[in-house]
Amino acid sequence: MTQSTPREKTVLTPFNVISGIIILIGVILTILRFAKGLGGVTNLDDNNPWGIWIGFDLMCGVALAAGGYVTCATCYIFGLKKFKCAVRPAILTAFLGYALVVFALNYDVGRPWRLPYPIFLSQGTSSVLFEVALCVFLYLTVLLLEFSPAAFEWLDWKRARHIIGKVSMVLVIFGIILSTLHQSSLGAIFLIVPSKLHPLWYSGYIAVYFFISSIFAGMSMVIFEHSLVARFLHDKIDKEHDIESQNVALGFGKAASFLMAGYLMIQVIGIAIDNDWKYLGTRWGLWFLVEMIGFVGLPAVVYAIGVRERNIKLIQRTAGWTVLGIILNRLNVSIIAFNWQLPLNQRYFPSFPEIMTTVFIITLGLVIFKFIATRMPILYAHPDYPDDH
Amino acid sequence: MEPDYNTLQEFITHTKGIAYLLIAVALVALPLFWRFLTGRDDKKKTF
Repeated sequence: MTQSTPREKTVLTPFNVISGIIILIGVILTILRFAKGLGGVTNLDDNNPWGIWIGFDLMCGVALAAGGYVTCATCYIFGLKKFKCAVRPAILTAFLGYALVVFALNYDVGRPWRLPYPIFLSQGTSSVLFEVALCVFLYLTVLLLEFSPAAFEWLDWKRARHIIGKVSMVLVIFGIILSTLHQSSLGAIFLIVPSKLHPLWYSGYIAVYFFISSIFAGMSMVIFEHSLVARFLHDKIDKEHDIESQNVALGFGKAASFLMAGYLMIQVIGIAIDNDWKYLGTRWGLWFLVEMIGFVGLPAVVYAIGVRERNIKLIQRTAGWTVLGIILNRLNVSIIAFNWQLPLNQRYFPSFPEIMTTVFIITLGLVIFKFIATRMPILYAHPDYPDDH
Repeated sequence: MEPDYNTLQEFITHTKGIAYLLIAVALVALPLFWRFLTGRDDKKKTF
């Protein structure tokens, strides 16, 4: 992304050119996927039916989109209005995150026209996956409505903006309930595979792990996203948002640090309850310790140092580090430590088209985010609604 | 070396015992970490 002066404004910026090429490749891969089926473009098989389209696009996408419900809960339920400037960017990220999760799901499931079937025609009410599907469907709708005030302000639809403003509190509460449900249920999905998931990652409390980790993932994502926006879209941020974002970094950094310390403690207690100490001495144990110490324990301490020193740069870098840790955790649970007992030649590794499809979906998200953030009042207050930000 | 368990009772007693000790450690460690985290915050005057 480049910041050009109006005089030298051109469509052929490096960001546009690179994202254009990736989107073109993505379109070709989409045609191949739906023309030739999963076998034509993926390395999935009967042993490994879920690849990175689920492990990364869905698992990581949902966890990193948690910033929406976390920020809304902080601001509207706990009444910490000093974080209000983070609400709209967080909701936009969550909305795009969930929309792309559903978009990516179509690649894995196939036959997109049948996606509404589990909700409207054939409900599998005894399945955790049904609960996840229902929550994601409802929450995406709620996020669309929560995001709509910004679109209405941009379009100058005053009446629609007024009506949606009246029900915003109901939407916030509904959104938090739905998120709480499906963030934990995404972990609960793995309760059915105790023999396939490595014991260090498998636990009867995996739903609790997923829920707690989603809270600090969301907070870290809000901080990290603002650092990117401040760098690449700084001309779209008004002064008030810029100053308040420092409060957001300090407040969310503090909360994330304490939550991560608590998360680390319950993980250790989980090992004790399942008596999994013996696995810590193995290679899998070393990898588990890399995740727990390198991407949970250390970032928690560095966050704390950043908050004590009021070092915003350090907090922002730690937020990026934590985001990587969450991605690693979700990949470990869904791909890396899954089917851990299989010989290496039967293990899953994503094919090039699978990886490129994921890159295409991420790029699509960035392009849409940029399109919206440069046009709608996301990073600044609309002059007609100065108090609604 | 993992101890031998002859009954489920023994296994639960052992694992729960360690879990409770770790919870006690957490109850001490987390408030200390909180004090470290908020150690330089502006103190609210209550007088």
